[in-house]
Parts: sequence; C-alpha cells; structure tokens
Amino acid sequence: MKILVCLGNVPDTTTKVKFADGAALDKTGIQWIINPWDELALTRAVELKEDSGNAVDQVTVITVGGKDAEPTLRKALAIGADEAIRIDAEPADAYSVAAQIAEAVRDKGFDLILSGIESSDYNGSMVSGMLAEFLNNPSVSAVSGILIQGSEVELTREIDGGKEQVVVPAPFVAAVQKGIAREPRIAAMRGIMMARKKPLTVIPAVDVNPLTEFVKFELPQPKPPCKMIDAEDIDVLVQWLQNEAKVL
Amino acid sequence: MSVLVYTENWDGKFKKASYELVSYATQVAEMLNTSVTAISIGKVNDDELLKLGGFGATKILKADDQHLNGLDNQAYTDIIARAAIEEGAGVIVFSHNNTGKALASRLSVRLKAAVGAGLIKLPVSLSPFIVYKKVFSGKAFAQVELKTEVKILTLMQNSFELVEADSRAEIVSFAGETGVPKTVIKDVQKQTGKILLTDAEVVVSGGRGMKSPDNWGVIEELADALGAATACSRPVSDEGWRSHDEHTGQTGKIIAPNLYIAAGISGAIQHMAGISSTKCIVAINTDSDAPVFEYADYGVVGDALKVLPALTRAVKEAKSK
Ligand SMILES: Cc1cc2nc3c(=O)[nH]c(=O)nc-3n(C[C@H](O)[C@H](O)[C@H](O)COP(=O)(O)OP(=O)(O)OC[C@H]3O[C@@H](n4cnc5c(N)ncnc54)[C@H](O)[C@@H]3O)c2cc1C
Repeated sequence: MKILVCLGNVPDTTTKVKFADGAALDKTGIQWIINPWDELALTRAVELKEDSGNAVDQVTVITVGGKDAEPTLRKALAIGADEAIRIDAEPADAYSVAAQIAEAVRDKGFDLILSGIESSDYNGSMVSGMLAEFLNNPSVSAVSGILIQGSEVELTREIDGGKEQVVVPAPFVAAVQKGIAREPRIAAMRGIMMARKKPLTVIPAVDVNPLTEFVKFELPQPKPPCKMIDAEDIDVLVQWLQNEAKVL
Repeated sequence: MSVLVYTENWDGKFKKASYELVSYATQVAEMLNTSVTAISIGKVNDDELLKLGGFGATKILKADDQHLNGLDNQAYTDIIARAAIEEGAGVIVFSHNNTGKALASRLSVRLKAAVGAGLIKLPVSLSPFIVYKKVFSGKAFAQVELKTEVKILTLMQNSFELVEADSRAEIVSFAGETGVPKTVIKDVQKQTGKILLTDAEVVVSGGRGMKSPDNWGVIEELADALGAATACSRPVSDEGWRSHDEHTGQTGKIIAPNLYIAAGISGAIQHMAGISSTKCIVAINTDSDAPVFEYADYGVVGDALKVLPALTRAVKEAKSK
C-alpha cells in the first residue's frame, strides 16, 4: 500500500501577519512550518507504516511551491516520509494546487491520499475534495481516525454531534483533522540525518489557471480595551452582559 | 439564472444554521435580481421543507431517494451538479461546515466554478464578483475575486442574521441520477441531549488554569444556568481532562457564539483563532497580565474556582427576576 500526504507550507501559527501594499502577504521574517493538520496527517501515515501489521510500503509527501518550500519537505522526510515531491509552481489558489497535484499523482498507484482539513493561511478547506474530484476518487472529509484492517481501510468521520465509522474503496482521498494522531511527531536527530539522503524530486508544473484571486487584505480594527470587573462584584458583570453587550 | 442553496438536514430536521444559510442565499439572489432554489438530500418531511420558504426559498428540490440517506460525497455532488445545471444556477451556496466543504470542493472541479470559501458577509461587489472572508485564522480579512461564470460560496456558521421572508415555497421531487454511493457507513455514534458547541450561542470554556478535571463542575453549572455549551483549550483535551470535541482553537473547533466565557485560559493566539468571530468575550484569570485580556471585552482578575460559582449565582438571580 502506498500513502501520499499533501503538505502545505504555511507561516508559523504565532506570526503577526503584514501585507505589502495590502495586496500580498509580506514574507519578510516569517518562519515557515508544515500546515498543522497536514503534519498530523503525516504523523498518522508514518505510524501506519511503522506498524508491521499493516502492508504500507511507502509514504510520499508532495507540495506545490517554490524552492523556499524545500525545508518543509526535508522536515517531513525527517519525521519519517520516504520520499518527497515538489511541483515547481507558486500555489495560486486551491483549484490550481489540486490540479497540479492531480496531474503529478494520477496513475502513480497511491492508495490513500491524505491531507489536512484546512490550511492555516487562507483557511479554504478545499484542496482535498478538489483533488478527489480531479482524480475521480471517493473522498471522506473530517476524518479523525484511520485504521487498516487487512485490505480494508476504516475511517472515523466526524459529524455534527457525533462520529461515523465509514469504509470507502481505495484509492481514496481523506481530509484529516484533530484526533487522527495524538500529537504531531517531532523529527529526531537520526531522522534529520537520514532525511538528507532521501529523494526529493522536483517536477515541472502543468499549465493551469487559478479561478480566484486575492485582491485586498485588511487587518482587524483595534478593539476597545477590556472592561475590568471586581471579583467581589460579579453582579455588575451580569448587568453589563444583559444591558450593554446584550448577550444574555 | 438562479441561486441554488444546499440545505443539509440532521435526522430529517433543519436547524438555525440552515435558515441563516437560506437567508444569506436570498440576499445574494436579491443582489442578482433572481430567486432562490433550495436542494435537500435525504429524508425530510414536507412540513420541514416548507420552513425554508419562510426565509426566502421559492422552490425546494427534494432528492429523497433511499440510497442517498448517508453522505457520499460523490453521489451528493452528482445530484447537486445536476440541479445546478437544470436550474441554471449562477451561484451555489453551502455552509462552511464539514459537509459543505466536502461538497463545494468537488462541485467546483465538476463545474469549473470558483469557490469563495468561509465567507463572513455578502459579496462586496458583483462585477467583478468579490467576496469577503477571514484569513490566517482570524488575524486578517481578505477580498477575493471569483473569476468564473458560476460561483460557489461557503458561509461561516453564525456570521449572518436570520431574515424572515413571506415567500411560499413549492416542493418539487428531484431524482437526479447518481453513481452508486461508495461510502459504507458501518456505525454511527451520536451524543444526545447536549448543546452542540458549533450551534451554541453561549459557551463556557475552561483551560489549564482549572487545575484538574475534577474542577469542571463549576463550568458545567454555569453552562447549565446559561443554556450554554462547554468548551476547553487544547492542553485540556490533550491531557484527556475533557473530550476532543470540546477543543476550541486553530486546530480544534472554530466557533462564533454571542458570548464566550474563558476561565483559566491564557489567551494563546492559537486558542483565540478559534473564537475570533465571537461577539463578546469574558475572561477570568488570576494573572492580570494574561494575554486573554487583550482579546476580552470584560475581564475578571481572580480564581476561576471562586468566580465561576459566584457568576452562576448572579446569573440565576438575574434570570429569576
Ligand atoms: C500549531 C499549534 C496549534 C495550536 N492550536 C491550539 C488550539 O487550537 N487551541 C488551543 O487552545 N491551543 C492551541 N495551541 C496551544 C496554545 O499555544 C497554548 O499552549 C494553549 O492554548 C494554552 O492553553 P491554556 O490557556 O489552557 O493553558 P495555559 O497557557 O497554561 O494557561 C493557563 C492560564 O490559567 C491561569 N490560571 C491559573 N490558575 C488559575 C485559576 N485558579 N483561576 C483562573 N485562572 C488561572 C493562568 O494565569 C494562565 O493564564 C496550539 C499550539 C500550536 C503550536
């Protein structure tokens, strides 16, 4: 069985974002990380491979990005992926990213294609389903558990107020979320050394036009200072919530 | 040209989020001088379907074929794509929830239609077609141009007010052909009787400052008094003090209640990313320098284990008046 994990390269979650001319992210000084949910997907993929009861032969990671995305791929190799692919294009929108990945992986024999449910930069949650549709594969979203049972892969799907156990035939695409792995795996020294020798292939992009374009970014308005209430005077808080904020 | 809206049901029922979505679709349709068709998939009775008319849908496509009872993203996309084509939909609206994300993304490729994902208000302009959303988990807002003729919009829950309409809806059976569903649902586990965090208007949330899972009684008592759902920070669910379903924040649930009470939560940026659309935040923390006070509207410096019971008492008293 072969697993593919799609990785996004995103600013560290503590980044204070700024925009150049209000039209594009100002990348100066930003630390880049693997998108947190993609990192969980990768962690689970590596766990599945390590469990010798599963017939997982290979974990491949793929990203769409420039050369500056390579440290993120190396980190994924250090965490335990076997090989990495970079599609040499700037990620313009979800549609074009999904189209690029679909072209690169079609007919390459991946049984499970995992990605995180959302990316922490543009918060679209679209790549996974789009990729599935390009590949004409089944898709399952909001997956918080993956178990391989012989030739069957059982997924836990989160629904409003509950969970479902579902099975879809492979090859399929799953968007994973919290719960899929306990904690993202941290690369150990040995992993980092080994990652240098693992293959990182760069493949050329195909021609696809994005369907959307960011035209303007804005930062939130500064909010008024917090009104403090004395711990001995909690009645005041309730009055304010009722009469001023009108939320009770 | 019309606006098509996919209205998901939960065990045959709609909820407030469904009506918000139809209200939104109706306002978009008004901007475009057209009408709203809703599509419902699975078993929902006609009385329930007609409620969508109360928020502006004038036509309701009912696709209730037996084989469509469980969510299969491909089969559902088949149906919605066909409805979109038959209705000549120029805009297709989904909720930005798990189902909406899963279907909107597939449909985008099927129809080659641009998606505005996670919108928080009406389109900013129609030509060019520009939509408005949060990015970087609430740290910024963006205007996005959708460049295709057909557009797909997914709306964040709790970001649009209900607007009642006095339109009457007509129900039309819709039997779009689909491929055979491939998703086999083997088991379903549902919580019952609890207010869902994503639906709740008031949320009481606890962090590591609550010290121990044994102290959650004071959170639950306040939640009961307020008719609120309970939530927690990530370390609390990682430690197993509370269920993962309650974890709020960038990597957990993103919610937009009217009131969020954060007790013993420091206010890490990743936590606040999950509640940045909340209308009013109350923070209770022993440390007056905790970052949470930079985000809060009202703050109490004090021990949550004492402040929460006092607040519960004050709420009960105010409600009994
Ligand atoms: C990639 C990434 C993603 C993350 N995603 C999330 C996420 O989605 N959600 C999330 O919550 N976190 C997330 N985190 C973790 C986040 O950075 C913080 O570590 C976490 O939110 C802190 O939780 P806390 O506020 O409960 O605990 P702490 O930071 O330990 O804060 C406890 C607070 O309680 C106060 N306190 C102590 N005793 C009392 C008392 N008796 N009464 C009142 N107050 C008291 C303290 O003053 C302190 O402010 C993420 C981190 C990373 C790196």
